[in-house]
Parts: sequence; C-alpha cells; structure tokens
Amino acid sequence: MYHYDEFDAAFVAARVEQFRDQVARRLSGELTEEQFRPHRLMNGLYLQLHSYMLRVAVPYGTLNSRQVRKLADIARKYDRGYGHFTTRQNIQFNWPALKDTPDILGELASVEMHAIQTSGNCVRNVTADHFAGVAHDEIADPRPYAEILRQWSSLHPEFSFLPRKFKIAVNGAAHDRAVIQAHDIGLQIVRNDKGELGFAVYVGGGMGRTPFIGRKVRDFLPERELLGYVEAILRVYNMEGRRDNKFKARIKILLHEKSLDVLRGEIEAEFAARDKKALDLPPEETKRMAAFFAPPALEPKRPVSDRVERRKGKDARFASFFAANVTPHRAPGYVVVTVSLKAIGAPPGDATADQMDAVADLTEDYSHDEIRVSHEQNLILPHVALDDLPAVYDRLASVGLATPNAGAISDIIACPGLDYCALATARSIPVAQRIAQKFGDGARAKAVGPLKIKISGCVNACGHHHVGHIGILGLERAGEETYQITLGGSADENAAIGQIVGPGFSSENVVEAVETIVQTYMDLRRDEKESFIEAYRRVGIAPFKEALYERSAGSDI
Amino acid sequence: MRNVITANRLADGVVVFQTADQSWSEDFNRAAVQPDDAATAAALALAKKDEALNVVVDAYAVPVEERNGHLAPKALREAIRAAGPTIRRDLGKQAHGQAPHSGPTAVMEAEHVSL
Repeated sequence: MYHYDEFDAAFVAARVEQFRDQVARRLSGELTEEQFRPHRLMNGLYLQLHSYMLRVAVPYGTLNSRQVRKLADIARKYDRGYGHFTTRQNIQFNWPALKDTPDILGELASVEMHAIQTSGNCVRNVTADHFAGVAHDEIADPRPYAEILRQWSSLHPEFSFLPRKFKIAVNGAAHDRAVIQAHDIGLQIVRNDKGELGFAVYVGGGMGRTPFIGRKVRDFLPERELLGYVEAILRVYNMEGRRDNKFKARIKILLHEKSLDVLRGEIEAEFAARDKKALDLPPEETKRMAAFFAPPALEPKRPVSDRVERRKGKDARFASFFAANVTPHRAPGYVVVTVSLKAIGAPPGDATADQMDAVADLTEDYSHDEIRVSHEQNLILPHVALDDLPAVYDRLASVGLATPNAGAISDIIACPGLDYCALATARSIPVAQRIAQKFGDGARAKAVGPLKIKISGCVNACGHHHVGHIGILGLERAGEETYQITLGGSADENAAIGQIVGPGFSSENVVEAVETIVQTYMDLRRDEKESFIEAYRRVGIAPFKEALYERSAGSDI
Repeated sequence: MRNVITANRLADGVVVFQTADQSWSEDFNRAAVQPDDAATAAALALAKKDEALNVVVDAYAVPVEERNGHLAPKALREAIRAAGPTIRRDLGKQAHGQAPHSGPTAVMEAEHVSL
C-alpha cells in the first residue's frame, strides 16, 4: 500500500496543528460557529443528531493492521467503543467531543490517516474495487490511479470550493464492484486494440434526490492523460455547475441540462487547451506509484486444501461461509475473505473496537497485513492461504464476524438514518435489522440467492437505495415513517436506477412487503439459478406490483 | 403550542435542554416547558445569547406534548435525539436515565407505535 513520504507527513501534521488552533479559537469564542463550520467540515467533523461525528478517510478502502488498531484505540479512548464503516469506504465515529478532535486527528496522522475532504464541496475520498489487486477478472489495479487522484485533488486550490461535493471511483476489473456509474466521475480501466492501458470515462452519475446513471464521455482515455481529463471535467463543472440551488448543483444536473454532447464538447475543448507538461503522467511516476500496490510475494500452493474440504464436510456453517464469503484469489491456493459486518440483527457496517483489533491481528497473521473496506460496508482479508481458512474462520467466529451472508439478502447496505443522522427523515437500521432477522443467514437466505437490498433514511441516498435490487427509501409523512420501495436497481456494470413499485409502506408493513416481493420472485423464477435481478429484468415490475397491491393488503399509508 | 429549547453543547456536542434557571441540562426531564409562542420566543432569545457566548450551538424550539402523563417531544426525530439511538439503548441519554419518561421509550419498545 501507499506510504507517506516526508511531504505527505509534514502536510498532514501541519493540518492537524492548523485544526488544533481553529478548535482552540472556536472554544475560546474567537471564531463564531458560522466562521468555524467550513473548517470543521473540511476536516470531516459534522454536528449530528446526538453529537459531533468524525468521518475518517480510508483512501480506496485500503488499510493495514496498524491503522485498524489505531481506529480501535480511537473508538475506545474518544468514542463509544465502535465505528461505522460507510458506503464511501470510510469510517465514522459517532460520539467524539469537539475538544478531543485535534488529538484524534493527531493520532490518525501517526498512522498515515486523516479526515481531510471527507466533507464539504470538494473531491471526496476516491473509491475503488475492494477486490483490487486480487480479482481474477482484473485488467489493472485501480489503486495507483486512485492514489494519484487523491494526491492531486487534496487541497487543490481550484477545486476546494466546487458548487457541490464531487465523487470519483475507479474500477479495474471487468465486473464493476465500485459502482462507478453512480459517481460524478467513474473511471473504468480498459485496454484498447493495441493493448494499451487507459480508461473509459463516465460522467454525471449520482444518487440523491435526482438519480442518474453516468454517461460515457470517452471510450478510451490514455493512462498518461488521466489528470488532464479529470481536471477538464472539474474545470467545466466548477465554472458552469449551479451555485444558486444546492439541489441542482451536482454535475449530473449540468449534464442533464446541457446534454451529453454539449458537455462532452466543452470537456474536450478544455482538455485540448490543457498544459500537457504540467499534467501528463510521466510513465516512471505511474510505475513508482504502482510499486506501492505490488501484490505480496505469495508462494504457490495447491488449489485444493484437504483441511478445508474436511471441515466443509463436517461443519455446515463453515461450508456456508466458504460458499458465500470466500472468493478465489488470482494466486493459486489463496482466497479473498469477506468479513461480514452484517451479523443478523446488528447495525450494518458497525464494528466494535475488539472486532477491529481481531481483524488487525488476523490480517497480520494470515493476510499480509492488508485489509479492505468495501462500499457494501464489509471488510475484506485479501490474501488468505486456503489452508489457513479454518483458523481464520474460527477466529472470526469468536468475535462475531463469521456471518456467512456476503452477497445474500441479509447483507444489506443501510445508512445511519434517523438513529444518528441530522438529515434523515426515517430510520434505516431497524428496517435492515428486521429484514435480516426475517431471512437470516441460513437455509432461507440461501434459497433466495444473491439479492442486494439497500436502504436510505432520506432522499440523499447514502444507503444507495436507487441501485439496490430492492431499494428502500425512508421518508416522513404526517409525522410517521414511511418507506418507498424501488425494484430493479443495479450497482454493477449493468447499472440501473430502480423503479418505484407504488405507494409506500408503514414501518410496520415494509418488511412484509419485502417478503411479498421475495416470494413473488421465488414463485416466478425459472429455476434456482435465475437470480432476483435476472428474473426482474425478464418479467418487469408488473408481477411485483400485482402481488403487493392487488393480492396483498397494499400500501397502508 | 408548548415547547422546550434544545441545543448542542459546543465543547462536546452533547444534546442539552434549557432549564427553568436558564442553564442547560443533559436531561430532557429537567427542561423548562414554554407554554406558548411568546414564552418560547423569549426563551429562544436567551438561548441565542448562550450561542453568542459559545456555550451551545444550534439552539431551537422543540414542540412537546403530554403522553401517558409525561411530556415528550412530538416528532420522532426529537424523541430519538432526546433519548439516543433506538438501536443502541446502551448509548445516549437513555443509558443514563435522562430520556423522556414517555414517548421515546414507547418508540423503542414497539417500533410501529404512532408518536
């Protein structure tokens, strides 16, 4: 992984001291709240429903054991013993005191971490495929490019006051695991006919109250031109994005209002006028960056482990874990382990300090000191030898982290919702908990097969509901929580915005509505191999609508 | 409409309620209840002074109503804010006996109860 050089270290340390001074001046009254707010937001510190909330950046979701132990320490020392992993691959602490935040940032800096640009109208944490560097279908590791973009966009003077926040994702494999088409800029690594590396560039995707799937503005952008092209997009957006209306300020609206062709023309014109000397990536620099992410030296091993096979034969729970949470590694005899943060009945994405420590120990012992955070709010151990899997599983199980439900119906994305968030209009987590309890992580979940449920507690869509196979949006109507259901959304290379199925449901009935949808799917699927989304694409929304509103009680609001 | 005045304490962000002696308490049950709009406006003006003195931030009025003989915030958002996360009863005011005696508890015990 990337390691800070002396400039990075000095820069982050200086920012900590700058924020320490700003906090001191706020506490003494020298700064008003209005003056202080932009400073705290630029350092990831929000004021939420119960307390301040600190959002810590995890660039492209990659961490080492030292960093995870530090996060656990911070959770214990300054918070309430846990943290919440987010859909931007970051971690949030829900209860820090303002007076402690400079010390927290100082502790983070000691392990090469910070909270810069995790809030505010700037380029946010650049995300990437959580299987980067290990996936079978990978064209190239997206993280060196994500790191280049991170360094370039950190405190970029031209792009620190954009019309609105700006999100970039990079995917390096054929299968999109980074939701790139729901980003302001989505970069898909490709090779052209000559075998050269570059990017297909998508612009104007986004969720929120006006969801759009990103549009492709370039089929092939040569690797060396990455920064020049991203700068051109940001410059056009910065000049022309709306600043008069917060709800129409994202680049997706600009694209929609101007049309793809006009916006693409402006981007290309800006790109043509760029300073090539300043922005073209020198190949040696790209190579230097790629070296930070070089895969560990893995000694080749047998692709089948007798130890694993024996355990699978006598332990059904382990066999389920193997089927759901274990993905082949590109190196023979190794696997990628998804550590589910979706224990049945637990808040999605939450991990206790003890669990974080356990994962840190495990990766040190078994996974070459690397941990990933997925946008689906799980953790990944990317380099586990197959023979070690039973031991890893047992240790995960001992701290409640061996739930065998990765990719299953109970592996739900949910934003913090009204239990924590000042913007939320309804609770998300309790709905996720009840759905997970209904379907569990056993036979019933297995019978349903892969199904992605995503829940947001307001129209800002932090829970990605628009791209859930089943999306749930919590709203407030006449003082009551109500839940609108969308179907057919998709977050991968076949990205789609879900369609609203009909009038919403009360908190009481929303889980039953999900059950009706799932049962309808199971009744109409061709066979067990036809997944929910495949069946939905074949039959459309009508059978689900009919089941919900004609054969069942229907909406109750 | 009856209201209480709430804010977040500047130094640690903790939710606080204005008391009858014009100080701030972490306990909703110690909040001074303003009987009408005029009293609410006066109390809020005092709270804004505490904002200017950097004691609290984001002061505002919360409508309350009587439920089961106890006062509770009318809105679910405020009920949760006055008690703590409904999914973690070990956190927030509810963990220290400082939640409203009625309302938020009901929300947590029966998720579908109408506030």
